[in-house]
Amino acid sequence: MSRLSDALERGEFVVTGEIAPPLGTDLAAMRHSIETIGPYCHAINITDNQGASLHLSSLAASRAALEMGFEPIFQQTCRDRNRLALQSDLLAAWTLGLENVLIVTGDDPRSGDHPEAKGVFDLDSTQLLEVAAQMNAGTDMIGRPLKGGTDFYLGAAMFPEAEPWDIQLLRAARKVEAGARFFQTQAIFDITKLERAVDALRPMGAKIIAGVLVLRSARAVDFINERLAGLMVPEEIGARIKSADNAAAEAIKLATEQVRAAREVADGVHIMTLGLDDAVPEILAGAGLS
Amino acid sequence: MIITRPRDWGRIKANLADVDAKSVFIMGCGQCATVASTGGEKEVLQAKTALEQAGYAVSGWAVGEVTCHSGGTKLETRKHFGDLEAADAVLVLSCGAGVQTVADSVKKPVFPGLESVFLGNVVRHGVFEERCQMCGDCVLDKTAGICPVTTCPKGLLNGPCGGMWNGKCEVLRDRDCTHVRIQRRLIEQGRGGTKVLPAKDYSKKLKPGSVNLRESKKGGAK
Ligand code: SF4
Ligand code: SF4
Repeated sequence: MSRLSDALERGEFVVTGEIAPPLGTDLAAMRHSIETIGPYCHAINITDNQGASLHLSSLAASRAALEMGFEPIFQQTCRDRNRLALQSDLLAAWTLGLENVLIVTGDDPRSGDHPEAKGVFDLDSTQLLEVAAQMNAGTDMIGRPLKGGTDFYLGAAMFPEAEPWDIQLLRAARKVEAGARFFQTQAIFDITKLERAVDALRPMGAKIIAGVLVLRSARAVDFINERLAGLMVPEEIGARIKSADNAAAEAIKLATEQVRAAREVADGVHIMTLGLDDAVPEILAGAGLS
Repeated sequence: MIITRPRDWGRIKANLADVDAKSVFIMGCGQCATVASTGGEKEVLQAKTALEQAGYAVSGWAVGEVTCHSGGTKLETRKHFGDLEAADAVLVLSCGAGVQTVADSVKKPVFPGLESVFLGNVVRHGVFEERCQMCGDCVLDKTAGICPVTTCPKGLLNGPCGGMWNGKCEVLRDRDCTHVRIQRRLIEQGRGGTKVLPAKDYSKKLKPGSVNLRESKKGGAK
């Protein structure tokens, strides 16, 4: 059983972090990031060609994190692989000792660095969750028995602040039915919206890990609003960062407030540092979490 | 109908140069390419002028009634036998299906004059939108008559994806998210809460497609 699932199922408030593998084979900077945030996290998400841009595979990078003594959350998107490749990578992940999997749709290739690539999307994220759940039950997606199955702790993404909420919720509920045991949310700015997500999904048996973004600079705010799909920083929060004398310090303060608020509501926080890894201990300590 | 758009003129000239063509025959299409304003009589005559201005001789031209129709196109090329004989190459202003039909009907090198882009709905005169990719395994029965395969840029059967924001698509931000539209309409029709759609059967759309009504008297399309 993964440390993450153990902690969540016991009702411990968890902390997860996030690392993007490098573009290239030099793992030094990634290892440094993992070492910086790892000791404060129950598990670390290892992204899969994040932003539809080329990176070293999540599979290899997740294994590297594990070898360093930290628990990865292997991310798998539906964008780059068909059902054969997705299933064979899931089997590979299990043999490599990766127990947590976060299954997401993935950004469209036209928003990334290879806009001419074919978006595969042979399966969508709900279907892939079903496939992974089938593997946990010992078969592949066409029902053939596996010689040695898996026992993944399966997660999915959700966006508590996106409207229309009724349709978001329906989609999230389908993911729980498909096999998702935990959700990691996109960045939370409005705690009441996080509450409505938790109130609706917890009774279905899912754990909710709230996304917290360290909005380290005015540029980060603009980048997120313009470039990142489906993420909008509310005006007053953007203004707070932009008007601060020290944007990074203000971002840490804001993230600390958000973590503290999430503690009252969710089952954990997922901290996305945007490169400000050193801030993690300060944020957690400030929120009374260390 | 099949939507086409003009092909890059530089590529057409390069194609003609490849076979050292001095004289060109132009074939249009009286169906889709006429409606799409890419390969009707008007566009064929425009192409004629453009070719002549670029120094080519145009040995003749025709607008086939339905250029993708093998029998009709054979007849049409027979009618223009002399002009085709005088040409070094044939430029076809139709979809790729029509180009191939012409290529099967004449001995000369045949080049595409258009790009074939999609099966289109005519939204208004001159405004076309892609609504169906002819996947061979239609899910419109489950999706309130809105095709997710085609109109969701990612082609997801279950959605919306995590990028949907205020009902809008993350990829094409000025458009409504297909999956929000589907769920809305299902709810309005009292059909809400549909189950997860299963993974698509891509073997239903193996290339090349083929239907023979003469052979399969019992069932029609395979
Ligand atoms: S599901 Fe979409 S692409 Fe497939 S046949 Fe139906 S409308 Fe066409
Ligand atoms: S926002 Fe909706 S239509 Fe756009 S890619 Fe995502 S699911 Fe498809």
